[in-house]
Amino acid sequence: MTASEQRKKRIERSITVRSRSIYALSSWREMTFLLLPRAALVASLCILPLVLGMYWQRVFCAAAIYAMLALAFDFLAQFVGLVCLGLSMFIGLGGYISGGLNHYWGWPIWLSIPAASLAGAVLGTLALVPCLRLRGVYFAIISFMLPLFLVSLIIATSILGSTEGISSLDNLPNIWIEQYLIIGALLLVLFGFRRLVTEDFGVILQGIKDNDQAVKASGIDITAYRIKAVFLAACIGSFCGAYLSHLYGWLGLSMFAMDFSILPIAATVMGGMGTLAGPVIGAFILTPLSEGLRGFGQLRVVLYSLLLLGFILYKPEGILNYLERKYFQFERWEKV
Amino acid sequence: MAGELMLAVEGLWKVFGGILAISGVSFNLHRGEVVGIIGPNGAGKTTLVNLLSGFVKPDKGSIRFRGERVDGLPPHKIASRGLVRTFQIMRPFHSMPAYKNLIVPLNSPRVRKTRAGALGDLDSVAIDILEEIGFERDARVPYKTAGSLPLGYLKRLELARCLAMQPEVVLCDEVFSGMSMSEIASMIPLLEKMQMNGITLMMVEHRLRELFKLADRVMVINFGEKIADGPPALVMADPAVKKAYMGAEGQQ
Repeated sequence: MTASEQRKKRIERSITVRSRSIYALSSWREMTFLLLPRAALVASLCILPLVLGMYWQRVFCAAAIYAMLALAFDFLAQFVGLVCLGLSMFIGLGGYISGGLNHYWGWPIWLSIPAASLAGAVLGTLALVPCLRLRGVYFAIISFMLPLFLVSLIIATSILGSTEGISSLDNLPNIWIEQYLIIGALLLVLFGFRRLVTEDFGVILQGIKDNDQAVKASGIDITAYRIKAVFLAACIGSFCGAYLSHLYGWLGLSMFAMDFSILPIAATVMGGMGTLAGPVIGAFILTPLSEGLRGFGQLRVVLYSLLLLGFILYKPEGILNYLERKYFQFERWEKV
Repeated sequence: MAGELMLAVEGLWKVFGGILAISGVSFNLHRGEVVGIIGPNGAGKTTLVNLLSGFVKPDKGSIRFRGERVDGLPPHKIASRGLVRTFQIMRPFHSMPAYKNLIVPLNSPRVRKTRAGALGDLDSVAIDILEEIGFERDARVPYKTAGSLPLGYLKRLELARCLAMQPEVVLCDEVFSGMSMSEIASMIPLLEKMQMNGITLMMVEHRLRELFKLADRVMVINFGEKIADGPPALVMADPAVKKAYMGAEGQQ
């Protein structure tokens, strides 16, 4: 039998027919079917640090940080309509505040990390508030310039260690706290965001993204909502920065590096925009990949870019959307 | 019928880069009235709606809503007082199901205050409002994505968004435009019902015949000026109105 006499028939699993997002669960089988992918993600995140070596554990931490930044990016871009190209500003703010508190005033890390997450979020939000009325590309441009501005500020005024950075910060107590702190934070952010976007708060943000005029006409102050959304994203970024400075026991201008702004965006494109879990998967593929390709030297960037191009051209929906579709559909060949 | 004075507009002026959009428009709206705003294209009708709803700030003049100045307030504050508008070009939240569109107005401070202590989830409140405005619940229309709805439903969704705000005054910017005769015929009872529930309607319209079925009073605007104000039959007999609509040659 040749291929022309057959065609692939796709059948949706009945469970999704009921609705896109509300499930009426009737059996353990259905519940397991829905829980399995979520459980697999959580379990693999929790088990990975146990089987990885020292070097790859550090890569794992970096991947988790990129994953959280990607979540913040995806949330702002797809659910609020703000494309933030300056995620490294949050990293820098969190890192410098936490490191500064620890180095100059001797705050213990269990105080300096939360304090830096909040203070960084406040400062980051204040920096972005004036441009919240801007839409689309204008917000993106300003957000992109802010980290560059902060770098110049630190160099020009020779504060906070200037180009040298600050070393000998307190490290995290041990490797297990180091690993599971970031995993816990990542899972909290992931499932927190997934919950948040379906709550009324998330629906209003989505409304602002779809049509801000209609939200104004509905009696809602859109700037107040945007500020809250940016604060959440900034808080996540600042936490990552604070964590990072204590992970390496060092901080410097590289915390404002473009990597922190660009890689999360690439991870979001690769994993599937607007899926939240997708960017996490994207970050956990891209970060080890860019580490693994280190041997190629300069060629690394080429390979990396080709991969991204391939994704944008051939799988623009992203990994997660593709997997989800496959998971919820049977396919079988049938005669034409 | 002189009920409570809802809206008092005095000497409203708006200039857009040298072009006079609204010049010295004054009028009053009383509770329960249906007032039509008509005029040729570019007369300033939509600008008037934008001024009243706060989307555009007036250069001169005052707008009082139930005795309080509202000119200069941001749109969301004006809407929160119960002066709400529809958009001529429909602005649904296209990525959401139709009923989720109403979650936004239902979360405005105004509605939250009146619902304080009321139990029950907002989704069902939203679906009730949609059913009231003609979304067939059985056909699952309220659950369809707003972006996929045909024009007639989008117009209804605009009105539903206003209704969800528990409005005092609704400014309708061409709700009938682009609709078929039968669609309009099914909309008219909805607007009549709103009026019976004590909502004041100001309707900017091009479809005069349908408007006159509803309106108690009609105001004509031409080149930003109010040239006539009165019952529909009288206004249409006014020579100045005829001139504005037909052009000077129409007189010959």
